[in-house]
Amino acid sequence: MKILVCVSNVPDTTTKVIFTENNTQFNTAGVQFIINPYDELSLTRGLELTEKLGGTVTTITVGLADTEASIRKALAIGATDAVRINAAPTDAYFVAEQIAAYAKDQNFDLIFTGRESIDYNGGQVCGLLAEMLGLPSVNVITSIEIDGTTANVERDIDGGREKLTASLPLVVSAQKELTEPRIPNMRGIMAARTKPLTVVEPIAIETTSASVGFELPASKGSVKLISVEDAGSLIGILHNEAKII
Amino acid sequence: MLAARGLTKNMNILVFAEQIDGSFKKSAFEAVSYASQVAQAHNGNVTAVVPGNVADDKLAALATYGANKIVCVKHDNLNGFNAETYAKVICNTASAEGSSIVVISNTYSGKSLAPRVAARLKAGIASGVISMPNTNAGFVVRRNVFSGKAFADVNLTTAVKVLAITPNTFNTLENAQAVNIVNAEAGLIDADFTTKSVEINRVTGKIPLTEAEIVISGGRGLKGPENWHLVEDLANALGAATACSKPVSDMHWRPHSEHVGQTGITIKPNLYIAIGISGAIQHLAGVSSSKVIVAINKDPEAPFFKAADYGIVGDAFEIMPKIIEAAKAFKAG
Repeated sequence: MKILVCVSNVPDTTTKVIFTENNTQFNTAGVQFIINPYDELSLTRGLELTEKLGGTVTTITVGLADTEASIRKALAIGATDAVRINAAPTDAYFVAEQIAAYAKDQNFDLIFTGRESIDYNGGQVCGLLAEMLGLPSVNVITSIEIDGTTANVERDIDGGREKLTASLPLVVSAQKELTEPRIPNMRGIMAARTKPLTVVEPIAIETTSASVGFELPASKGSVKLISVEDAGSLIGILHNEAKII
Repeated sequence: MLAARGLTKNMNILVFAEQIDGSFKKSAFEAVSYASQVAQAHNGNVTAVVPGNVADDKLAALATYGANKIVCVKHDNLNGFNAETYAKVICNTASAEGSSIVVISNTYSGKSLAPRVAARLKAGIASGVISMPNTNAGFVVRRNVFSGKAFADVNLTTAVKVLAITPNTFNTLENAQAVNIVNAEAGLIDADFTTKSVEINRVTGKIPLTEAEIVISGGRGLKGPENWHLVEDLANALGAATACSKPVSDMHWRPHSEHVGQTGITIKPNLYIAIGISGAIQHLAGVSSSKVIVAINKDPEAPFFKAADYGIVGDAFEIMPKIIEAAKAFKAG
């Protein structure tokens, strides 16, 4: 199987979010960057499939040189090789177009994305990429098995789960429960140093959106405390004072 | 002037109205209402597109919320959601109507569909939209980023724009129009259906977390899954959905679909009651947009008290029965 795993480089979950330049830029000073957690699930599942069925797992990242630490980690986890499209990931449409331009003549059987990146929460690359490549897509998958040229997948739907079959080639997005993410071991880390990391220049395309700025939510005023003895009064307060029930 | 903002007079807004088993979800009416409000602000009109076999009397409800035209694309294979074919149908309709804006509710189906529609129409897309478009300088919408820790304003610069709006953020608003239903051909062949639904398991009667107005959530402070009646009894009394923190989900006390937080789901209910949850930054990221937050925790230093509107410091096992009793009385009275 020839598998492509799209990997995003994101700030880790404990990051305190601050903006600079008059609230137009995310402040990266002191921020620890990691592989997007959903992309780690993708990568691990991809490796499990190739271990069972043979094949290769290539990772692709749209990003500048500062993303290479995360890319090397993906190689350490076990990816065969990695590609970096040398451009800032300005929006999901741009990212998908760059990946589509690379992938279109590479004949991947299966392309993984993450359910969403934990920084911009778009969840769009799966659908954008699939449509651009003329392929079927299944988002938020919780399991995937391959049977010849058919994928048996399970996905989250509103209020439940759905089982589907889809023909390969296919684009999917990884949801929690797909698998348990692998941690790189010492051997993997050593091997990662010499695995191929190819830098590809981006194609020139028009953008479809522009970031205007950011805003932090207003912080709540101080909490109104209710005593344990009067705990039952919460319901009346929510109805009469907060008018929320 | 309007053209400079990328909008034209009498512009068409296309809305995808999602049906399940022949009935519309609340999120579909929210999407039509949203589209209708945008149309009113910009002298436009609204077309609703409905893939699937839906009866005329159900379709007519879309006109109540502002749809000037309802295009129903009947095809047996379109009754169940299918991203690729739904995208084709919606885009065909968008082309026929000359739509400038396509509105889709950001449910799991919507999340799967909206990006495909955007790529097919070469349209800029904003996912998880929480505002009306601001057209003073471009076409700017607001969305949540950093898993709910911040807002981002994005300008869509293409001629056609796709907006995937967050469920339970915009009200359903009646704006009755004359019922105008048109049946359209799907223009699809069997080979177009490359993914096939084999089995659907839906917990019927349970409110999906992303659409719930009230959510009752439990954390490690509840000590074990056997104590979850303290969450569920309150949820039943208030007609609420139930949720949990990441540790609770990781320990399999509750299904992962209930996990709210940075690496779980982000929700925006009217009321969020957190029981035995400390309020770590990653959890807050998933719930801080809630209108009213109540935190119940025995640790007075728990971070949740800094993010909550109301708090009770004490033992959940002592507190919850009192609240549940009051909630049952409230429901009865």
